[in-house]
Amino acid sequence: MSVTPEDIEKVALLARLSISESELPEVTERFSKVLDLVDELNTINTDGVVPMSNPHDMTQRLRADTVTSHTAREALMASAPAQASGYFLVPKVID
Amino acid sequence: MADSDVLNASVSDLQRMLSARAISSEELVKTCLGQIEAENDALNAVITLCGDQALSDAREADQVLSRGDGKPLTGIPLLHKDIFCTKGVRTTCGSHMLETFEPAYDATVVARLKAAGTVTLGKCNMDEFAMGSSNETSFFGAVKNPWDLDCVPGGSSGGSAAALAAGFAPLVTGTDTGGSIRQPASLCGITGLKPTYGRVSRLGIIAFASSLDQAGPMARSAEDCAHMLTAMSGIDAGDSTSADRAVPDFAAALNGKIEGLRIGIPREYFNDALNPKVRERIMAALSQLEKAGAQLIDIDLPHTHYAIATYYVIAPAEASANLARYDGVRFGHRCDDPIDLEDLYLRSRSEGFGEEVQRRILVGTYALSSGFYDAYFNKAQQVRRIIADDFHRAFETVDVIAGPSAPNVAFQCGTKQQDPVAMYMEDIYTLAVNLAGLPGLSTPAGLINGMPVGLQLIGKAFDEATILNTAHRLQQDTDWHTYRPNFGTFQS
Repeated sequence: MSVTPEDIEKVALLARLSISESELPEVTERFSKVLDLVDELNTINTDGVVPMSNPHDMTQRLRADTVTSHTAREALMASAPAQASGYFLVPKVID
Repeated sequence: MADSDVLNASVSDLQRMLSARAISSEELVKTCLGQIEAENDALNAVITLCGDQALSDAREADQVLSRGDGKPLTGIPLLHKDIFCTKGVRTTCGSHMLETFEPAYDATVVARLKAAGTVTLGKCNMDEFAMGSSNETSFFGAVKNPWDLDCVPGGSSGGSAAALAAGFAPLVTGTDTGGSIRQPASLCGITGLKPTYGRVSRLGIIAFASSLDQAGPMARSAEDCAHMLTAMSGIDAGDSTSADRAVPDFAAALNGKIEGLRIGIPREYFNDALNPKVRERIMAALSQLEKAGAQLIDIDLPHTHYAIATYYVIAPAEASANLARYDGVRFGHRCDDPIDLEDLYLRSRSEGFGEEVQRRILVGTYALSSGFYDAYFNKAQQVRRIIADDFHRAFETVDVIAGPSAPNVAFQCGTKQQDPVAMYMEDIYTLAVNLAGLPGLSTPAGLINGMPVGLQLIGKAFDEATILNTAHRLQQDTDWHTYRPNFGTFQS
């Protein structure tokens, strides 16, 4: 199945990626190639097969519900591109 | 002792020299740093050096050694793929997005190797976010193959493989989501092991595809890999997918005995995609194993062909979710002067990610989006089980599966970059192993026109010991793993 430039623009917005007008034809073409490759999956019968999300079919291991918070807050915040008073700064979202 | 001898020595030999105080860790580290400084410009394999810290760590290791308290890896220099978080040391994942990122903590693998006594020299270049098979997608430029500077080293752990082959360090770390340890190991003539999914903690490894990613050792021999794997492995409270399994002393278990070992040869791995000369080398390696007492048995892995399609849905889907965290807010690249929050997200991500990463995010987002989830992601997860079942059936009659690690030797730089699908085909023999969560290793199998070929050995889940022992036997009976590129210090 091939995709249109409009499809790509829609997916790009979902993924929060901006693709320029000039790049769009090439991105669409290469994306279509990958999609043609994966469309091969439609040639195999998977009726009744349980999807595998973990190679050992592991279930989530649970831990005791105790407080384990660490104290590296400042070190972690130091990676933020913009911050003030211990908060991440973003452009104004409410008028 | 000449520098080239030190740069060529196995970890066991280095440890004997260190314990006998024939060489100090500080001298060893200085020799490695000297080699990196002299030769890295040609390869671009190392992107961050920690020289001062390494020398100070080495002096500490020397004190431990002089007290006679050394362990197998005490004082041994090592390079990390730049996907492992290193506290206070820039960790880029080969991306502009993380160009200046300094983690607040060490990955569990880093912490465990440190606790085992290794000395970190620096960080290795890699394909951006581990997405690539040629190490050409790095923001920091392509890595060259020391066997031929016009050729790629493979990827995504291409910087690690090239650095090891060039003698920069006796041990390097790699990660493998679809072949990223085994394929570059094959193309650079070294030994590399992808452990069973869950054997090694993923905490602090920058996530690509969480149900496929595993970290593993890359070294000059199976024995060296075994030492390193023992140090890296084990359950970790910080990774709920790490396996609650006892970790054997993998090096101590190596006895080279493979009499009666049943080795399955999948017909599907010797298909038209395989370069006939690579096939010859693989057959030569297999007949060596047969001579050593192993039994070769033809087997079928009938759904091998579907591994590429399955992988290129599951890996991008998981990647698109994992890479959603790069939003320009909490860490990583942020665009200049965003006009609003959406503009901040869109431009930070488009500026920060390279082309291949953006392509995979798009494919993954598409496969997970409303209306396509069942047709792509769910379907791929079903085919994943069918592929895994092929392996489980095969392992009812064989102990190890063997075949090529890659269909070709290293290819010329720039030749596959324009066609993502052609590049994806390079991983045709490795992807299925990740989908099934099994351990796999690549061990050298000789040269074609001066370029290395790798034999892949695939084991049962959590049976790294058998594939390591099989490779160890091959390395006792042949000298392929001792071949060095005609590069730098090793130049004849």
